[in-house]
Amino acid sequence: MRQAATAGRRGLGRERLLGLALVAPSLAVFGFFIFWPLVRTFQLSTTGQDLFGRADRQVGLANFTAVLHDSQFGQVLAVTAGYVVLTVIPSILFALVLGLLLQNPLRGMRFLRSAFAMPFAYSVAAASVVFAALFNPAIGIANYLVTRLGFAPVQWLTQPGTALISVAITTVWMNVGYNMLVILAGVGGVDEQLYEAARLDGAGTFRIARSITVPLITPSLFFLVVVDTIASLQSFGQIRVLTRGGPTGHTTTLVYWIYHTAFENGASDYGEGSAQAVVLLLVVILITAIQFGVLERRVIYR
Amino acid sequence: MRGRAARVLALVVLAVLILFPVYFTIAGSLMKPGDIASAPPSLFPHGITFHNYRGVFRAVPLGRQYFNSTLVSVVITLAQLVCAVLSAYAFVFLALPLKRTLFAVFLLTLMVPWESIIIPNYLFMADHRLRNTYLALVLPFLAGGFGTFLLRQSFRTFPVELRDAAVLDGASHGRFLFTILLPLSRPALASVGIFVFLSAWNQFLWPLLITDSPRMQTLQIGLASLNDAEAADPGLILAGVTLALVPTAALVAFGQRFLVRGLTAGAVR
Repeated sequence: MRQAATAGRRGLGRERLLGLALVAPSLAVFGFFIFWPLVRTFQLSTTGQDLFGRADRQVGLANFTAVLHDSQFGQVLAVTAGYVVLTVIPSILFALVLGLLLQNPLRGMRFLRSAFAMPFAYSVAAASVVFAALFNPAIGIANYLVTRLGFAPVQWLTQPGTALISVAITTVWMNVGYNMLVILAGVGGVDEQLYEAARLDGAGTFRIARSITVPLITPSLFFLVVVDTIASLQSFGQIRVLTRGGPTGHTTTLVYWIYHTAFENGASDYGEGSAQAVVLLLVVILITAIQFGVLERRVIYR
Repeated sequence: MRGRAARVLALVVLAVLILFPVYFTIAGSLMKPGDIASAPPSLFPHGITFHNYRGVFRAVPLGRQYFNSTLVSVVITLAQLVCAVLSAYAFVFLALPLKRTLFAVFLLTLMVPWESIIIPNYLFMADHRLRNTYLALVLPFLAGGFGTFLLRQSFRTFPVELRDAAVLDGASHGRFLFTILLPLSRPALASVGIFVFLSAWNQFLWPLLITDSPRMQTLQIGLASLNDAEAADPGLILAGVTLALVPTAALVAFGQRFLVRGLTAGAVR
């Protein structure tokens, strides 16, 4: 008896060791490239450095004071918030309309679904260079349409009023394919009988969409709000390619600001960049927490 | 009937809005310089030319960059699949100490924005003279929490009795994993693989920081540098974009089923 129990325990011990060995590769990567850098980010945010970017002294919270008192800080937060609103809400509404239009079988629907998913195949760099051509003030299609409608040509990417909107349009286009796929997956899960019952009760298309489909796909919509918001807060490529944060900071989001402080044009202020990175981390955590606290209560899980 | 007509009309309008940039990419890549760089812009090529496709390989080392992107994405995808299979197996089928804490650690990796820890990662590579190397392009991404998360969900649906039966028959962990579990988990593996490949292929900020020699840059940075050029040639750029789209468009078209599964893993409880 005792022997068997020991053998069992030894077996369990071996199994535990095997288990640890199997998670070890992942943990090693995470530890080295995520958790240790996370600690280092906080460390770096309290150091100053020499001209070559080498950390050479402790400065306490000076980097944070510098960031908070930077005249650009307010603008960066406003641009980041504006960009999130201008990308997340239209991306989801656009995809929702598409999802509702595509839900019932109509000839050619499968083809349309695949076609509408195509923007998802574009990398951020690919989409951005294509939209750079479309927004080109001299030869772009955007200004061709604007002038045909009788307006003066617009300097889309170099004018404070339109730069952020142009970057947002590019992002919304990139998001639509992905968002539509998620919404269609949600729509596909709605019980067909609910529609039949509603139709028997005389409900029209709009009424059905508003009272049945949309409430029942709230888990998909909530998922998109969270994922799109985080992606939006982390956007970089489209800003780098289209506007480089300009004109005069009008498209400088938090992530672009970090890049600007720590890397752009040979800048190497890693201390202040790390303080900005800590701000980014806090903003992402805070917004995700708020979304889970406020929005998730309104989600209807089946 | 009126509702149906309105629906078709709405779909047509949306189709034009969404598909125009796709059409423009391909049509523009086949246009002669006089067509694409003209005002007003021509919407149809007046005669097709492959001139842009030849030119883009001269403007940047596109062939090499294509190879770089492929190599980097394939290595990252394979490594993440291996790491995810191993750790998901441990989480589901083994008596792992501190299982819940460890899983929380895996989930935590999904919540840390990469941009917020990019400075120390960059400094590590720079200090070890790893800039402009494949190692630097792949190392930080050899494992990811997402794959483990999704495969764990998939493995958990595997009937326990089947696994017990296999073990009673004397199957080792390895044998059970390779001959039973993995073949049955192909859809989940495809989801993880496609998703990881797309994210690796599309990476922008990290390769931008870690490479500055055109021959070590990825396709994405090559596209951006075509656009940054003093006299950016839209025809060349669009030819580059079209070429860069080939693998991702194929994955989106043929792997859609798996993509949706991967994308909504967190949406459905």
